[in-house]
Amino acid sequence: MPDNPIYQILTPAGDVIGDVPDLADETLVGLYRWMVMARIFSDRMVALQRQGRMGTFAPLNGQEATCVAMAAPLEEKDWLLGSYRESFPYIVKGVPLLSQMKHWGGHLPVDYPYEARCIPFQIVLATQVLHAVGIAMAIKYKKEKQVVMVGCGDGATSEGDFNEALNFAGVFKPPVIFLVQNNGWAISVPRKIQTAVEYIAQRGAGFGVPSRIVDGNDVLAVYQAVTEAADRAKAGEGATLIEAITYRLGAHTTADDPTKYQPPAELDAWRQRDPITRYRKFLMDRTLLTDAQDEQLHDDVNAEFQAALDLYEALPPPNPAHQFDYTYAELPPQLQRQREEFLELGSWR
Amino acid sequence: MPKWTMVQAINNALAIELERNPDVLVFGEDVGQNGGVFRVTDGLQERFGEARVFDTPLAESAIVGTALGMAIYGLRPVAEIQFAPFTYPCFNQIATQVTRMRYRSCGVYTAPLVIRAPCGGGVRPPEMHSDSVEALFMHVQGIKVVMPSTPYDAKGLLHAAIDDPDPVLFLEHMKLYRSFRQDVPEDRYTLPLGQAHVVKPGREVTVIAYAAMVNVALAAAQQVEQASGASVEVIDLRSIAPLDEETIATSVGKTGRAVVVHEAPRTGGVAAEIIAVINDQCLYSLLKPVERVTGPDTPFPMPKLEDTFIPTPERVARAIYRVLEP
Ligand SMILES: Cc1ncc(C[n+]2csc(CCOP(=O)(O)OP(=O)(O)O)c2C)c(N)n1
Ligand SMILES: [Mg+2]
Repeated sequence: MPDNPIYQILTPAGDVIGDVPDLADETLVGLYRWMVMARIFSDRMVALQRQGRMGTFAPLNGQEATCVAMAAPLEEKDWLLGSYRESFPYIVKGVPLLSQMKHWGGHLPVDYPYEARCIPFQIVLATQVLHAVGIAMAIKYKKEKQVVMVGCGDGATSEGDFNEALNFAGVFKPPVIFLVQNNGWAISVPRKIQTAVEYIAQRGAGFGVPSRIVDGNDVLAVYQAVTEAADRAKAGEGATLIEAITYRLGAHTTADDPTKYQPPAELDAWRQRDPITRYRKFLMDRTLLTDAQDEQLHDDVNAEFQAALDLYEALPPPNPAHQFDYTYAELPPQLQRQREEFLELGSWR
Repeated sequence: MPKWTMVQAINNALAIELERNPDVLVFGEDVGQNGGVFRVTDGLQERFGEARVFDTPLAESAIVGTALGMAIYGLRPVAEIQFAPFTYPCFNQIATQVTRMRYRSCGVYTAPLVIRAPCGGGVRPPEMHSDSVEALFMHVQGIKVVMPSTPYDAKGLLHAAIDDPDPVLFLEHMKLYRSFRQDVPEDRYTLPLGQAHVVKPGREVTVIAYAAMVNVALAAAQQVEQASGASVEVIDLRSIAPLDEETIATSVGKTGRAVVVHEAPRTGGVAAEIIAVINDQCLYSLLKPVERVTGPDTPFPMPKLEDTFIPTPERVARAIYRVLEP
């Protein structure tokens, strides 16, 4: 391990210390817009939950850089899988805000469009990491040029499925990128209780999967690392494990109270490393963003969220038939009977 | 028509599927060069190549989890779990992922995959190889569970399972793999999933069984018929889920008497569900309480006790006599 193994392009203060990826100005500003939307999405979803207008929600505050940059470099034909914490990357990948509101709101149907190539965000930790490897194995078998990005948390890396997935990826070399959002916590369990190794990325070596560590609050570093991993995958060189070191500034979910376990000093220290502030400074230094433009951008994003929310809140209640309709392609007779009974009476007899 | 064992019939079905559909892949532990520990996949890797028939690392959850990924992408994976009780390590992937992909994505993604596993007792393997898992998976919504009792059925049901747009757990009873041969057409044919088969029509009592217990039920029926002249109907479920309630209810509605046989332990077993179906649909035709002949509620025993655990024709015959008593 080098002295500072953590790949960085921008310092927490927003100064450039690495090679800035060669991206068009509008792409650079676009990343910022997504990060602002991520923050607004998270804050407003939490507020809506508090008002009883939304289901349980997992905020992503502090993780905006990784949440944007794990998805932004992907093409439409690529796949993205993740857990509840990757809800926002799904939006970047092409799942409509409205679909995410429906998913968090507990609405049926959860209609992610197929073209987004995102599997409904995962609840059972690390299971999706195996699905990603399977999709990537299928891509390799079909000799297609697509890549699969899969996100999970630091806690999920302790699950058997995560380790089995890395092992399969080492053996079969499919085009998959594992991105661990190490946000320091798995609900209340700190990162050091998950594994004795210093960096989760070190675990790649044991599976023959190349890995790297990035500053997860540096949107450009994550973007560049993902781009390089995707290029490797598409060149047939197999999987990459990326550990993005970031921090969960919010609660685990709206059902959690982090004051019970989170040291306030640690939280304050990470607040100073806010990914959005850092990137805003970079853009302003490059004269790609002014205060007035920033204000306008916030207004636009708020309006976009509001428009989706208006649609969400105008939805009719979900059709109880959907409870049955997606269980099998063709309902077996007993389920057909249950469906009829259920719909006729509106509830069980 | 060739006379094949169940192993040969399944091998033939897999070969036909690999031949006709490039999206079919066969994989698992030892299925490649070795052809499976029971030789069910013998010769397939040689014939279809390592990209289509391959060994995986020893990780059941990964075998099923990656199969799901492949199915999501549009392939038709046929994954092997080396022995049915080793589905315990992948229970999570099956119960929370494979079976719910269609539901969770509201039909955008589906899981047309088959998980094959040798199952059942009677071949004296070491511990933990013979547990019956079908009732567990019957209780999991969104997967079909198929358990053939003959080479002919195994082939037709496996073709149907690979065709099916939803996941199927295909349990192959080890005791039946080579215990007898049967005429099996070389061409492809399907038998419908979720449909039981009346293997022996009769009038006075219905015996319901599946997998290796079908032959036990038939032997018992023969004993009873020869000794007492009573007419016994035997139903082979073929599919545990979905359960063919109609065939069961029609038969018991006619006979008024029923015995359900399985080698799995009793409590919460498949027989319990069958009796509930009989209760719902033909209670007023019943002349006697329904009998269960099953394994006891203990772990599957060590080899020297297998024979006392697994129902025998004599035990089934005694149950038939009990329900025949006026
Ligand atoms: C298999 C499984 N075990 C436990 C849980 C309950 N649970 C939900 S989130 C969570 C913590 C996950 O931490 P991490 O993987 O670091 O992701 P983060 O929430 O920090 O993004 C736990 C224990 C679960 N959802 N799935
Ligand atoms: Mg975490």
